[in-house]
Amino acid sequence: MSQKEPEKKVVFSSVKEMPPMAVSLWSMRYNKTGSWRNLRPIINYEKCVYCQICWKFCPEPAISLEPVEIDGKVKPKPVIDYDYCKGCGICWTECPTNAIETVEEEK
Amino acid sequence: MKELRTTIPIEEYMGPGHLACQGCGAALAMRYALKALGPNTSMDFPACCWSVIDGPFPHSSLQVPLFHTAFETAASTAAGVKAGYDMLGKTDVNVVAWAGDGGTYDIGIQALSGAAERNDDIIYVCYDNEAYMNTGIQRSGSTPLKAWTTTTPVKHPEDRPKKRLVDIMAAHRIPYIATVSVAYPEDMVRKFKKAKEIKGTRFILVISPCPPGWKTRPEDTIKLARLAVQTRIFPLLEIYNGLEWKLSMDVKKPVPVLEYLKLQGRFRHLTEEDVKMIQENVDREWEILMSKIKK
Amino acid sequence: MRKVLMGNHALSWGATLSRVQVIAAYPITPQTQVVELLSEICADGTLDAKFIKVESEHSAMAACIGASATGARAFTATSAQGLALMHEMLHWAVGGRLPVVMGNINRAMAPPWTIWTEQNDSLSQRDTGWMQVYCQNNQEVLDSVIQAYKVSENQKVLLPTMIVLDAFVLSHTMEVVEIPEQEKVDEYLPPYNPPYKLDPKEPHAFGGLTGPDGYFELRYMIQEAMEEAKNVWKETGKEFGELFGREYGLIETYRVDDADFLIISSATIASTARVAVDVLRDKGVKAGLLRVRVFRPFPSEEVRDVVKGVKKAVVIDRNISFGASGIFYQEVKAALYNEEHKPPVFGIITGLGGRDVRVEDIVEMSEDVLKREKPESDIIWKGVRV
Repeated sequence: MSQKEPEKKVVFSSVKEMPPMAVSLWSMRYNKTGSWRNLRPIINYEKCVYCQICWKFCPEPAISLEPVEIDGKVKPKPVIDYDYCKGCGICWTECPTNAIETVEEEK
Repeated sequence: MKELRTTIPIEEYMGPGHLACQGCGAALAMRYALKALGPNTSMDFPACCWSVIDGPFPHSSLQVPLFHTAFETAASTAAGVKAGYDMLGKTDVNVVAWAGDGGTYDIGIQALSGAAERNDDIIYVCYDNEAYMNTGIQRSGSTPLKAWTTTTPVKHPEDRPKKRLVDIMAAHRIPYIATVSVAYPEDMVRKFKKAKEIKGTRFILVISPCPPGWKTRPEDTIKLARLAVQTRIFPLLEIYNGLEWKLSMDVKKPVPVLEYLKLQGRFRHLTEEDVKMIQENVDREWEILMSKIKK
Repeated sequence: MRKVLMGNHALSWGATLSRVQVIAAYPITPQTQVVELLSEICADGTLDAKFIKVESEHSAMAACIGASATGARAFTATSAQGLALMHEMLHWAVGGRLPVVMGNINRAMAPPWTIWTEQNDSLSQRDTGWMQVYCQNNQEVLDSVIQAYKVSENQKVLLPTMIVLDAFVLSHTMEVVEIPEQEKVDEYLPPYNPPYKLDPKEPHAFGGLTGPDGYFELRYMIQEAMEEAKNVWKETGKEFGELFGREYGLIETYRVDDADFLIISSATIASTARVAVDVLRDKGVKAGLLRVRVFRPFPSEEVRDVVKGVKKAVVIDRNISFGASGIFYQEVKAALYNEEHKPPVFGIITGLGGRDVRVEDIVEMSEDVLKREKPESDIIWKGVRV
C-alpha cells in the first residue's frame, strides 16, 4: 500500500478514480477498532516480567514490543495501541504475573 | 541497543484495524503463519471468515498479495496461482490456500483432494473453527459430536463425529501434514517454517477457537486452544508422506474433556452421559493415534 | 504451413501459438482432442506451459483464474456439462477482469445424454460478461484464439473470451488450416501485462467485500469494457488481415449489397447458409447472408446497418431460450426495435441436439418465410417431427 493512508474507508466518487477491478490500495488502519472496547487493559510495568506473552497472543496485533534497558539488559516492553485494542481480554487472561489491569472504558 | 530476542519472529505482516471478532483464533492463526512464511507469500481465500476479516475493497489488512476466490476453489485456485508464478519465473513464492473448515472439509474437499493427489506445490492451511461461522454458525463436517450450531439446535445437536480430515490427507500420501494450535505459537511457527522448505502439497490444520460460534468468552481463546491439545482432543502432530506419524507434544497426563467442554456454551446442554461418551471417544482415538506414532 | 486439422486441434494450435503459459482442463466429449494434443505439445517441449490435470471443470476455471491473476496467460477448453459446471467461475473471471481464453465445443445439454451440437450451453452463459466468438470453420477457430488474447488482454477490455465451435461439425471435421508462423504471431500478440497482479513485491487483495457504495461502478466499468471491445475486435481483426491475410470483423456478410432477403445465422449453419444463398440467387431470390461472429459484445450497429436495406429477414437459431424464442432472434429484434425502417424478422429454430441442417433445408426454410407476410409467432420450428 504505497499511497497515503486515508482517515476513513475510501468510497470512490467516480469510475475515473477506480482501478478496473476490486483491488486493495490501502490498509485497514483507518478502522480504529479501539472503539470496540468495553474494558481497557493497562499494563503495570512494576509487575511485568517482559515475558512477551501478551504481545504473542494479541490477535490484532495491538501490542508492540519496544526495547528498553532495564538493569543493563535490553528487555521487550509491551506497549498497547489503544487505537486498535478491541479489549478481547486475551492479554490479561494469559499474563502470568497478572500485570495487566482493566478499567471500564469511559463513554 | 541490541535487537530484541523473541520466541517467534518479531516482524508483523498483518496490521490491526481488521474486522475479526474480539479474541478470534483465525486472526491469530494468520498472524503466526505470516511471521513464519514471510512476505514472499501469496494467498487465496475462499468464502470464509477471512473473506470479511481482511477488510472491504479498497482496503486490506495484510501485507501479502491475496486473491478472494469462490467457496469450493481454495486448492484449485492455489494450483493455478502456483503454476502462474512458476511460469513467470517467481518460483520461490510461498503459495498458500487459506480456508476455513467449511471450504475444506465440505464444499472444498474435491479441489483439495485433487490438488493433493497431483501433489501440487502449495501450502493448504485450514483454520478450523468447527462450523460455518462466517454465515452465522451452521454445522460443517468438522463440527464435533454434540455441539450446538444453528442447524444442529439443542433439541437435536450434532449427531455425527468430526470428519477425520488428517487421516484423509494422510491417505493422499502428501509430503507434509501438521496440526497446530494458536496456543502454541512456537510450535506453529516451527511447522510453517518446515512446510515452507518442502515441495509438494503441504497441509496444516489449525484449531481456531471462535467466541461467537463456540459461545465462549473472547479472553478464553488461548485457554481453549491449549485445552484442546491438553485433553488430547486435538493432538499436535506431523505426518511425513502420509506414513510417518510424529507426535509434536506427548500428553502424558491428559486433562479431562469436561474442563474443555464446560467453558463452551455450544456444549452447555451436554449430559453426564454425553461427556462420558466424548471422553471415551477421545481416549479411543488417542490409542489409535499411538499405534500409528513412529517409536 | 498448411495442415489438415480437426477443429479441436485448431484450438490446440491457436493456444500453442499464443504461447499460453498455464492450461488447466478436464476431459469431456467432444473436447478431449483439444487437451490431448496440448498435453503432447507441452510434453515434447514445443510449448513451455504448465498443464494442470484438474479434477473438474469448476477447478479448471478456478486454476485458470488463479494463474491469470498472477499475470500468466491461461487457457482451457470444455463443452456442455463442463461449461455449465464452470458457470460460477465464469462470473469470477469477468468480475476479476481476467483475460482467460477458452474453447467451448457447442454440445447439447443433458439430460438425456447427448454429444451432438447445439448452442444452448454457450448461450446460457451470455449474461456473464464473457465475450463470445462463434466460428464457422477451423481456420477461424485457430485465428480467433490468437485474436481473442489480443482483445481480452487489451488494457481497456480485460475480459475473458470463449471461442465457440460446433460439436463434430467443426470439432471433429478435418479441414485445411493455415498455421501462422510463430514469429508473426509474436509480432501480433504482445505479452500479457495486467494493470494489477498477484505479486509479493506489490501486494494487493483482489475481490474484497464491496457494498452498494462501490459495486455499481465496477459493473459499469465492465459494460464500458464490452463497448470498447467492439472497436478492439474490429481493429485487431483488421490488423490480423494485414499480417496474416485473413481479416475478421464482428460480423461477416455475403451478397448483402443488393439483398432483399436476409438470412441471419451463426457458426456452421451460417456457412451452410452461404451455399443456400447462392442457390436462392440462382432461383431469382435476391438473398444475402449476415453471419454474427462476435455475439458478445453484440454488434447491434453492424446488424442494423445490414438489415436496414432489406425487405425481410430470417434468423436461424440452433438454440432456444425456453419460454421465449431463439436467442440470436431475440438479440437481432432488440437491436432493430427503435429503428424507423424495420423489416419483418422471422425466427426459425432448427438443428437442436445435432439434427443435421443441410443446404436444401435452408433453401426450403427461406422459401417458406418468403411466402409469409409477417411473423405470427416467435418460433417457426423446422426439422422437428411434430
